[in-house]
Amino acid sequence: MTQKTLRKGNEALAEGAIRAGARFFAGYPITPQNEVPEYMAAHMADNGGAFVQAESEVAAINMVYGAAATGTRSMTSSSSPGISLKQEGITYLASADLPCLIVNVMRGGPGLGSISGAQGDYFQATRGGGNGDYHIIVLAPNSVEELGNFPKLGFDLAEKYRMPCMILADGILGQMMESMAFNFDPVDPNKIGKFDWAVDIHKNGRKKSKVFSYKGDNLIADVTERAKRYGLIEKTEARYEARNCEGADVILVAYGLSSRACLEAVSKAEEKGLKVGLFRPITLWPFPSKALKEVSQKAKGILVVEQSLGQLVQDVKLAVGDSVPVGLNAYPAGGQPDGEQILTAAKSLLTGKKEGLFDLQTHAEGFTYECKRDLSLGVQGDRKEVK
Amino acid sequence: MSTILAKKPSTLTDLPMHYCPGCGHGIVHRLLAETFEELNIADRVIGVAPVGCAVFADDYFTCDTVQGAHGRGPAIATGVKRSKPGAIVFSYQGDGDLASIGMAEIVHAAVRSENITVIFINNAIYGMTGGQMAPTTLVGQVATTAPKGRDPKMQGWPINMCEMLSQITGSKYLARVAVDTPQNVLKAKACIKKAFENQVNNVGFSMVEVISQCPTNWHASVEQALEFVRTKMIPQYPLGVFKDEGAK
Repeated sequence: MTQKTLRKGNEALAEGAIRAGARFFAGYPITPQNEVPEYMAAHMADNGGAFVQAESEVAAINMVYGAAATGTRSMTSSSSPGISLKQEGITYLASADLPCLIVNVMRGGPGLGSISGAQGDYFQATRGGGNGDYHIIVLAPNSVEELGNFPKLGFDLAEKYRMPCMILADGILGQMMESMAFNFDPVDPNKIGKFDWAVDIHKNGRKKSKVFSYKGDNLIADVTERAKRYGLIEKTEARYEARNCEGADVILVAYGLSSRACLEAVSKAEEKGLKVGLFRPITLWPFPSKALKEVSQKAKGILVVEQSLGQLVQDVKLAVGDSVPVGLNAYPAGGQPDGEQILTAAKSLLTGKKEGLFDLQTHAEGFTYECKRDLSLGVQGDRKEVK
Repeated sequence: MSTILAKKPSTLTDLPMHYCPGCGHGIVHRLLAETFEELNIADRVIGVAPVGCAVFADDYFTCDTVQGAHGRGPAIATGVKRSKPGAIVFSYQGDGDLASIGMAEIVHAAVRSENITVIFINNAIYGMTGGQMAPTTLVGQVATTAPKGRDPKMQGWPINMCEMLSQITGSKYLARVAVDTPQNVLKAKACIKKAFENQVNNVGFSMVEVISQCPTNWHASVEQALEFVRTKMIPQYPLGVFKDEGAK
């Protein structure tokens, strides 16, 4: 436990990771997560660890693969386009059952997108992202305090289940300052024991350790074993926060920064005569489906608030099925939600109006801001005769 | 009474190797294994196996091994070495792996002068995938993706990695050897040993490029393949030590 201090999100995360025992960091510059490698460059060596500025995100994640193979608490951080590049290494880490921490401080996409905070990488994070059948554990902090404390949780879970863990944050969370306290004592990496699977210097004829990704004829057994592990994780590790859900007419579902705007909506709801609660998934994989279904049984509707184009809403629909109507209030591509807009959408959900609700069937309406792109510029891609 | 003049190094496992007849990989594996024994480093070697014909190399050495993604050996070795500075870490790579998909990783491992040893097997062809053109395929050499032979107008020229890496300050030891004759095998052994001694002495980035033969994908007999090494490969890839800053 520590006293409260004022910290920037990315720096809280980096300090939290070092306190959690991270002793290898490799990364490549990309906005809006640059404070993470900068902090590591300044402090990792003093803590007996190694910092490498890699030649690319691909190299960085493969350095993490090598460091994780030694049993060292290893991590990398990046932002959306950089995380796309890291997918090669992430699927190899999953296949080799290596624990590590990957941080995605999300920005607008697709492609180079923008440097604004966004939540467009939900599918990529929760569905695997790289090739093959695998999952990674995904933690979604919504405060600087959680950014600072989740690296410890992430490493613990990653090592317990021998798999990569991702902290899915966003540009605003990474850049903003809040008072925070660490909720754990610093971890001494020399005192947390060694893994029998890790590669190391051989002593006294220790059995050969082999970390490998090519499984050949053993792949079916390998993937089946992992599926069982995933089942156990889904059963035991789903985390969430539920606020004012009991007796609520509308339950907002949001993670990360969106959930902060939802808190504003929850606090303003009463004065507008609405009963609004918030269900915040803290683990995005495993998704807290069971808990969501339970808390939403008596609600008249669920409003999903996400800074993406209908990604989180799919897990919500999978969780609740037809038991309660689900609406979407979407702010894709760097758009930022606010409490007023959320409440407008919540009212629409209760009254059958359209305002603030994204039409999941037609994708035609419901953006909370105007489309300013001139569609006559050939967005549909028709070929025209050139004379 | 009989005397044992040569035996399998204790640093190789008993597993029969999967390499094709006449391939150079088995020879190089043995040279590495002998080196581990002779330098008395077997207990602290950690190998990084590539994607390619040597993907199973991790099964043949008794040391701990990591097998990772295509071309990323130097990055993986960087992660291992930085986390375990007392380990002797080597990355074993082919020509597609090192000089094509992994070009950035090998160049920047040299730039950082990572204290690792890289063994680079150059046989001018993609072996595992069935004979496609490599970055080191010779001009005119036929490959499945260069059916009329490599044409510089379309596919450029072969790349000489030792010469290229010798321009990088962080490269401390660069040698090119061949394993086509007993004499060259002995020279190769000396260079490989030097490249590992450098790591023991914290000299920095060391790489040995081995010109190797691939009778299967060259569609040649072993004799023809060895002749191809002498008459075609070595003129393009001259043997020798290109950089040696570890010399005392």
